[in-house]
Amino acid sequence: MLHLALFSIFGAICVAGAVNVLIQRHPINSALSLIAVLASLAVEYLLLGAEFLAAVQVIVYAGAIMVLFVFTIMLLNAGEEERTRGSRVAIVFGIPGMLVGGILVAWALLRYSGTGPVSVGVLPGPPNTIAQLLFHDFLLPFEVTSLLILIAIMGAVVLARGEETPRPATKEQG
Amino acid sequence: MSISTFVIVSVIKIVIALAVLLTSVAYSVWLERKVLGHIQNRWGPSYVGPFGLLQPLADGLKFIFKEDLTPPHVHKALYIAAPMLSVICAVSSIAVIPIGNWVDVAGLHIPLEITDVNIGLLVILGITSMGVYGVALAGWSSNNKYSLLGGLRASAQMVSYEISLGLSLIGVLIVSGSFSLRQIVDAQGGRFWGFVPRWNVFHGQEVAFFIYLMSAYAETNRVPFDLPEAETELVAGYHTEYSAMKFAMFFMAEYANMITVGCLATLLFLGGWHGPIVGPPLARVILPVFWFGLKVFGFMILYIWVRGTLPRFRYDQLMAFGWKFLFPLAVANLVVTALVVAVRA
Amino acid sequence: MVPLSYYLVLSGILFACGVTGFLIKRNIITIFMSIELMLNGVNLSFVAFAARWHALRGQVFVFFVMVVAAAEAAVGLAIIIAVYRTRETLNVDQMNLLKL
Repeated sequence: MLHLALFSIFGAICVAGAVNVLIQRHPINSALSLIAVLASLAVEYLLLGAEFLAAVQVIVYAGAIMVLFVFTIMLLNAGEEERTRGSRVAIVFGIPGMLVGGILVAWALLRYSGTGPVSVGVLPGPPNTIAQLLFHDFLLPFEVTSLLILIAIMGAVVLARGEETPRPATKEQG
Repeated sequence: MSISTFVIVSVIKIVIALAVLLTSVAYSVWLERKVLGHIQNRWGPSYVGPFGLLQPLADGLKFIFKEDLTPPHVHKALYIAAPMLSVICAVSSIAVIPIGNWVDVAGLHIPLEITDVNIGLLVILGITSMGVYGVALAGWSSNNKYSLLGGLRASAQMVSYEISLGLSLIGVLIVSGSFSLRQIVDAQGGRFWGFVPRWNVFHGQEVAFFIYLMSAYAETNRVPFDLPEAETELVAGYHTEYSAMKFAMFFMAEYANMITVGCLATLLFLGGWHGPIVGPPLARVILPVFWFGLKVFGFMILYIWVRGTLPRFRYDQLMAFGWKFLFPLAVANLVVTALVVAVRA
Repeated sequence: MVPLSYYLVLSGILFACGVTGFLIKRNIITIFMSIELMLNGVNLSFVAFAARWHALRGQVFVFFVMVVAAAEAAVGLAIIIAVYRTRETLNVDQMNLLKL
């Protein structure tokens, strides 16, 4: 009962935040509602027993990746989004189509997925078990992602540095 | 323990923890002004009360009665939310910090912390990483170039130094093998060769402690890394446009963060509440808390001492120091610690 | 007890919001955020399946998704900054040099 209540509350925050990301026209408002979505998703992870994952979600996603987004928005001083005229076909057919499709999928999931309930703490994700999986069973993918990160760092540095300016004193931090 | 008892005990603990935290925030401001004054051959606050001891009260009253200005052209919602976010993030991390052993009151076995979670360290890291938003949004929403620069500097600096900070903590985690702050402290009981306390800082984590100290100064925006509020170039940085209680909230957040960082350093590196414990049962409850408080107090004094001694870095020096020195050092420390633990095991 | 399908529906809603945002938004940073939204929708279903089938592997996948998201954010935002330097706009409609 408590589980369902918590699920509903934070699920509602999730959905409201996700919709708000779309509605808001200023990117910083979108970014903040996305942070709310990420934080309430962390609570959903906690409900599913993935405590370590919830912490990582807050630290990495909300605390690092989204800071980068906010930082970029502040750096570029991004203003209000310009409205473009949407295609009329998209409005006439798109929105009803999306609604119908969504309801169909939800109905199918609720009706036919044939899956049992998920209860709190049924599968605790303690850090040492996850570490065992990550550094033992998934060692090769782990190493490959570390390579990916390295490439991303170098790419970001190269891209953000831009052309060499004649002023020797400028140093830019990507 | 039934649910109602649990709620009552928790509420009492929260009230006590908040009261203690806010009082120590107020008095660390007093301490800072006093010690800084003496370092600079002045007296510091001395008018209100004996030794100026009532100065925090006077300051608080002043902040409450000042006019709360909202400058035009600010992004109003965020301008109001930013200081609240700062202070909430700074204060709430106290919830998982244990300050002592257990007490037995009225047949209840109560741990001396608000809640004991098995990922306590991660909770603190998560909350402090959310604290960046308060500063960044304050800078952005003020619609002022100095504030914006301060906010940008603060967010870049905090994200950069968070990496070294996290990496320095991993060494401690490897040594003690748990995320739970209580278990990390328990692992530090006892002594080496009979006289050196078995604290992590004497347990091969000296370099990690150094990295933690440096990153903590940067994370809390304190001298020598207080670039976000460098008054010689940025007026007051991200809180230029703030006045009255909103300004006081940033102030409180800064000092609460200092205290949290001090508590974390004490728990992870300096053995938490371990220390010589003697005497009757009551002393066995109070002495650990006293040792804990003493260590945090020492950390605060160190903060103030550094502020009174060191000049401010330049911004590019700050970034170069973080990325080119601290970060590789932290990685090296991590590798060496892991190797040593693996060889021993 | 919450049925697994509730979690799946929630994750589907998040994913759909992401797709919609990707299509209707004109600011390149917001488009980027919509991608994050989609990734998070997928993450939620991974964790839900992990809890349902008692397989921690589902949680490990989420780590990899997060790594990819972090790498993507770093490179993507660097690209956005580089684009902004030359085009002085964040509107994707005005980045049309390759258009006939």
